[in-house]
Amino acid sequence: MNVLLVSPLIIPFITGIILILMWKNRPAQRAISIVGSAALFIVSIILLLTVWEEGIQAVQIGGWPAPYGITLVADLLSAIMIVLAGLMAISVAFYSLASMDSEREAFGYHPLFHILMMGICGSFLTGDLFNLYVWFEVMLISSFVLVALGGERAQLEGGIKYVTLNLISSAIFLAAVGLIYGLVGTLNMADLSVQLRESDQPGIVLTLAMLFLIAFGLKAAVFPLYFWLPASYHTPPVAVSAIFSGLLTKVGVYTLIRVFTLLFIIDPAYTHTILLVIAGFTMLSGVLGAAAQNEFRRILSFHIVSQIGYMVMGLALYTPLAIAGAVFYITHHIVVKTNLFLVSGVVHRLRGTYQLKKLGGIYQLYPLLGVLFLIPAFSLAGIPPLSGFWAKFVLIRAGLETNQYIIVVVALIVSLLTIFSMTKIWAEVFWKAEPEPDPAYPREDLSLGALAGYVLPIAALAAVTIVIGLFSEPFVRLAIDAAEQLLDPNQYIHAVRPELLEGIVQAQN
Amino acid sequence: MQFSVILSTAIRYMLPLMLIFSVFILLRGHNEPGGGFIGGLVAAAAFALYSFTSNLDEVRRALRVEPRTLIGSGLLVAVSSASLSLFFGLPFMTGLWYDEPLPVIGKVGTPFIFDVGVYLVVIGVTLLIVFSLTEEE
Repeated sequence: MNVLLVSPLIIPFITGIILILMWKNRPAQRAISIVGSAALFIVSIILLLTVWEEGIQAVQIGGWPAPYGITLVADLLSAIMIVLAGLMAISVAFYSLASMDSEREAFGYHPLFHILMMGICGSFLTGDLFNLYVWFEVMLISSFVLVALGGERAQLEGGIKYVTLNLISSAIFLAAVGLIYGLVGTLNMADLSVQLRESDQPGIVLTLAMLFLIAFGLKAAVFPLYFWLPASYHTPPVAVSAIFSGLLTKVGVYTLIRVFTLLFIIDPAYTHTILLVIAGFTMLSGVLGAAAQNEFRRILSFHIVSQIGYMVMGLALYTPLAIAGAVFYITHHIVVKTNLFLVSGVVHRLRGTYQLKKLGGIYQLYPLLGVLFLIPAFSLAGIPPLSGFWAKFVLIRAGLETNQYIIVVVALIVSLLTIFSMTKIWAEVFWKAEPEPDPAYPREDLSLGALAGYVLPIAALAAVTIVIGLFSEPFVRLAIDAAEQLLDPNQYIHAVRPELLEGIVQAQN
Repeated sequence: MQFSVILSTAIRYMLPLMLIFSVFILLRGHNEPGGGFIGGLVAAAAFALYSFTSNLDEVRRALRVEPRTLIGSGLLVAVSSASLSLFFGLPFMTGLWYDEPLPVIGKVGTPFIFDVGVYLVVIGVTLLIVFSLTEEE
């Protein structure tokens, strides 16, 4: 167990180290990158199965007991997120082999990628708030370099916005961590959960909750803090934007779910209503922003924002079904959104541009690519029987059950507008007759066979979407189990510090 | 570029002394002020000083390995020392100690090996920065 729980951290770390040692040997780097990601994916699945069977797992690093040592905890939500991270790692690592230019590879793309994966897995596994901050930094430092790697003008512009906003978010996070430590004298999450519930200063606890909402909201890109995302995500190479769009904002959503189900549950009527309002505005502003865009990746970036709204909506409704919906939505979204970015990369490879106006006629030449775009696009919009349909179905049903009709109406409208955006991309890029070729953009007519390195990961992720859609039952059951764990913080506390619970039971008796 | 004669003469004697001193700091670091980080900085400072008085190729020859290799191997040493406890069924990063204190070095255990890893990484990172900045000119 012990080994299993730390291996999602050690595997990417050792892979990264070997890649640093093999700095000059490009073929070896590429092979090791694939092996490392595959190992991460396999281990993550074993971890998920173990957690699903045996309940929440915890390890005290260094043998120092909580709350003094750092705890690693894997509950179902963490394990699901790690599996998704592993799936993204293997597909994007594979895609990078074909798509990454040799210059970026020479400047350390592969080691950075794996260190980024380590940071992401660390954020999912840690059971300590300050340790979470450290993992955020690991993740952010490698992502800063990945955004700017290559040094194109647009990249640096996007990179500066990304760095600035994320540093502000980290500063707020660190300040909040300091305040919370001053208030209760611990940073172990299980410990905090007990302490904050019993706190006799609810006003300060709510203030802290809002600080964490701002810090993690910035990272998750919720309204009104999302503006950095569409400004930066379309600038780096497509493999980098794919892994960012799939995982980085979702780390923010994950931490929001974690703190608002484990720590700040002192007054859900207040905090979760704020979350609900934020969710509605996030959905709407994201999808409206997308409608105004005419660049492939910018449209997709704005859609990340609107999709984040759905996940926050699930958290805000705060019923077992709603949280399950949020978990299911994250699962579906990571797969689909990464896939759409990967498709945009193929189009860019063929036509040299992301501008919708300059594109066209792809379907006529590459019908298979058109189908591979349609699957995730329809899934994103929520057309049955694809995974997006079930994700939205669960969330909307949860909304109806709690009589939150406004958010349900917003969610349905946003869903319609998502179809509008996706059909816009479809019509402009794939369907309309090809415009006069612009000599400014290098055009290459390759067969799909020559693009196998691009197409295989896309096809694999599309297959995952279809499988989740057609055989949704085990996935929904997994999400519901995860939600039940999240809504019962005592299970989490029991895994980390069982002795705390005895005190509570005695007090209640 | 004109090098100061005093510095370039002195550094020939200071370089080995500083390196020995850095190892001394590394070794005393467990219970007293010192440790891998500071030791690594002292060792890196020795090579940085050397690079002020002679050209970069000579410094690289004196260092014998690439700074990047130092970073990689340092990280590898650190992660292996942390993982060693896993083989004994103990949690990750649990400190394991060899009972008998060795002469000169003192008590040896995985936290000490971890510190050696830190020492190597710090030398590697610092020199990578120094070398890149020197090459810019």
